[in-house]
Amino acid sequence: MTATAANTSDAMASAPGVRSATDVDWRRSANIGGILGITAVFIGLVGMAVGLDKRMLIDPVLSLGYLFVLAIPLIGGWIAAREITLEGMTAPIKGARDIVAGAVAGLVGGAVVAMFLVMLNAWDLQELLPNWSDALLDMYTFGQGVGVGIVLVLVVGLVLGAIGGAVHVIPAKPRRLLSIAVQWVISFAVLEAVIDDLLGGFGLQAVADVIYARRGGLLIIPGLIIGAIAAFVAHRFEGKGAELKTQYMELEPERKNQVSKQGLIIMVVLGIVLPIFLGKIVNELLSNVGLFILLALGLNVVIGRAGILDIGYVAFFAVGSYMMAFLTSPLAPWRESDGILSAVFGWLPVLNWFVALPIVVLTAAIVGVLIGTPVIRMRGDYLAIVTLGFGEIIRLLFLSDWLAPTFGGAQGIRSIPGVNLGFAEINGTDPRAVFYLVAIFVAIAIYVSSQLETSRLGRAWMAIREDESVAEAMGINTVTTKLFAFVVGAILASFSGAIFAAKVGSVFPNSFELLVSIIILVVVIVGGMGNIPGVMMGAVVLIGVLGGPSQPGLLQEFSEFKLLIYGALLVFMMLKKPEGLIPNAARNRELHQEEALQDAWLKGDKPGTTKDEVDDAGPAPSAADIDGSLGLGGATS
Amino acid sequence: MTVLDPKPLLEFRNINTHYGAVHILKDVDLAIYPGELVCLLGGNASGKSTTLKTLLGMVTPTTGEVVLDGEVVNDKPTSYRVERGITMVPENRRLFKRLSVKENLELGAYLRNDKDGIAEDLERIYGMFPRVKERLSQRAGTLSGGEQQMVAMGRALMSRPRVLLMDEPSMGLAPALVETNFELIQQIHKEGVAIFMVEQNANMALSIADRGWVLQTGKVVLDDTADALLQNQDLRAAYLGQA
Repeated sequence: MTATAANTSDAMASAPGVRSATDVDWRRSANIGGILGITAVFIGLVGMAVGLDKRMLIDPVLSLGYLFVLAIPLIGGWIAAREITLEGMTAPIKGARDIVAGAVAGLVGGAVVAMFLVMLNAWDLQELLPNWSDALLDMYTFGQGVGVGIVLVLVVGLVLGAIGGAVHVIPAKPRRLLSIAVQWVISFAVLEAVIDDLLGGFGLQAVADVIYARRGGLLIIPGLIIGAIAAFVAHRFEGKGAELKTQYMELEPERKNQVSKQGLIIMVVLGIVLPIFLGKIVNELLSNVGLFILLALGLNVVIGRAGILDIGYVAFFAVGSYMMAFLTSPLAPWRESDGILSAVFGWLPVLNWFVALPIVVLTAAIVGVLIGTPVIRMRGDYLAIVTLGFGEIIRLLFLSDWLAPTFGGAQGIRSIPGVNLGFAEINGTDPRAVFYLVAIFVAIAIYVSSQLETSRLGRAWMAIREDESVAEAMGINTVTTKLFAFVVGAILASFSGAIFAAKVGSVFPNSFELLVSIIILVVVIVGGMGNIPGVMMGAVVLIGVLGGPSQPGLLQEFSEFKLLIYGALLVFMMLKKPEGLIPNAARNRELHQEEALQDAWLKGDKPGTTKDEVDDAGPAPSAADIDGSLGLGGATS
Repeated sequence: MTVLDPKPLLEFRNINTHYGAVHILKDVDLAIYPGELVCLLGGNASGKSTTLKTLLGMVTPTTGEVVLDGEVVNDKPTSYRVERGITMVPENRRLFKRLSVKENLELGAYLRNDKDGIAEDLERIYGMFPRVKERLSQRAGTLSGGEQQMVAMGRALMSRPRVLLMDEPSMGLAPALVETNFELIQQIHKEGVAIFMVEQNANMALSIADRGWVLQTGKVVLDDTADALLQNQDLRAAYLGQA
């Protein structure tokens, strides 16, 4: 921290002139270098580097593993040379100094890796660390042996760090075009499977064969062309996006609504038409995303709206799945056993999915009330722990021998039929049909959530989330209001569970582990708690790109490291963007208003505190006067 | 000062309250009449906040009766009492900090369904506190202390209370604002709302009140008109808990 402060003050002292190349905050660069080195070693030891080395990105020069390792000094060099310019200060001129700062960081990082390589060569710690292997040594020394390898590591660190620092020196526009080109090339390389699938769906398999190597990886020449096209497009349409946005913002409210509606219609039509062209992989992925959107929207009501930290939410998903299996599977264990259930209800026919759905939803709602009633009387940490407990209890009940005659214990319930439409059956073998089914329920969930948000109940949830005691003093019945949130959450989860059962065809207790609850929670937090588009975006990014607890995502290569990336992403988001990817619109607007007020204050005109307005203050002039003298209004306290 | 309605609006009849084994309020009798301004004085841990919570139904008395408008409301929830005209301005204002000023005010009218009446009351509050109107879409947490106090009072008034409970209204306010605050309280009182104010600032509170009680370790030790209390030689001793 002190290093950063010192750096900033240096920059201030010498700005705005050009600084000498040695005017570097050495300590800060070295610190960053140390972090770089440790990160590289860590990535090696968790097995990411070697594991992802098999996946070619750009044939034959760059593998995904190397991309990860080599990106570290690049990013580190960039960070080392970055300076924070305070509001109202002139930005320092970038130059040789920044390249040196980056190079130092890269070199120190290289030195840390070099020391690691010496140890890796000398000792054998594979029993302790499974990835302490010759393959790692081989990879980090670029296959050149320890001696040459160490020199190479130092040189590569130095050069890449310097390049990272040099990024600041490039003028803004070419830098932007370059970064767009690089992003596009990497996206094309990383998303190979999907793009292949997409091109195939549109009958353009030949294009895919041209740009990708047979054994995987983008070919160099097509890669360069893609980068060039991306840069050209970005250059050609520069500023167009912002222009459109201001045009949209300047529209009259009515016209604005109209445009938004048209946009929505286009998106719905795309949602209906596009899957026809998509292959199995992408449709499967989309239906998984949809199932998690349902879960996340439900949890969003519970946690984002009502502020109840439920970490046993998977229980309702489990109840939905099991109940659907229980009612629709001809081989449900309770039918076979000679217990009371089969004696009393044995005459019941195997139900159609649609007939069973209301019963499933009703059951979930009842379970919601049963779990919710004791839970919502607690607050904060206690509540979280108790929900966690209930989540596990439900799973263990389904797993138990005691209920095995009813729910099948560890064997679960099999042979769950798909959704019978009369003319066709929707099941897991046709992901496209499942996607459409999920999409309908997602639409219902979005409608219900958004209606609830603006309703009286929604306002009561908001008040409880902010301050429960005061909400109670305002006359809000906190018990029933919170219980309602629980039930709405339970119902949305049971939709997801019901579709899940029909999609997969069998349910097992281990599909409903604590991890599922946590992942849904992470989806909500990363996406933007309390905001419907945010939560959906969270599901797309996490479940679609990285994959769900047992569902593969776009980046199947990462499946082994999924949880590591989830964790890293969560920490990053909490530090840099705690409000989520797409934050709650209302909160965002208010944040901007504060900024606007502060800007106005910096400029010297304090809104609402000018003399005239104070004179207009009317019946309570004294109060207004005193506040006028306090001045800042929005900027204080 | 005020002509007293013979029937009290809000009444404590021989109230005893316990937190677990701890006996908080001991045989407390209180009566608040329509339209009067009364204050409850007392040192720390004398049971002032518990009195408010018991009035509002957040704490249930072990014995005795809480009477609202002639009806015993012991087993009625807070929402029932708010609907019938009790509202509290909590200690330290306790606004919904991340919500906008407008949302705060609207939540005050949570139990009401008359849209026109709500809109009318909003206008009335803007009239009373013009500064609040300028800040409607701003987050309540970003307001200054004085503005927050106005919003807190406005929020309470939105439920159209007949009696307003105020928990330490001058707590945490800049000295300059304390006086303004008491002016605001008087202004609300003039509109016909009965006010029951819990305060540590005894002189200030008594100077605007009609009557006052002094609570000491859960017992009412003094009960008189405000003027008499101001003259009372024992008050200081009682108030400091040295009786």
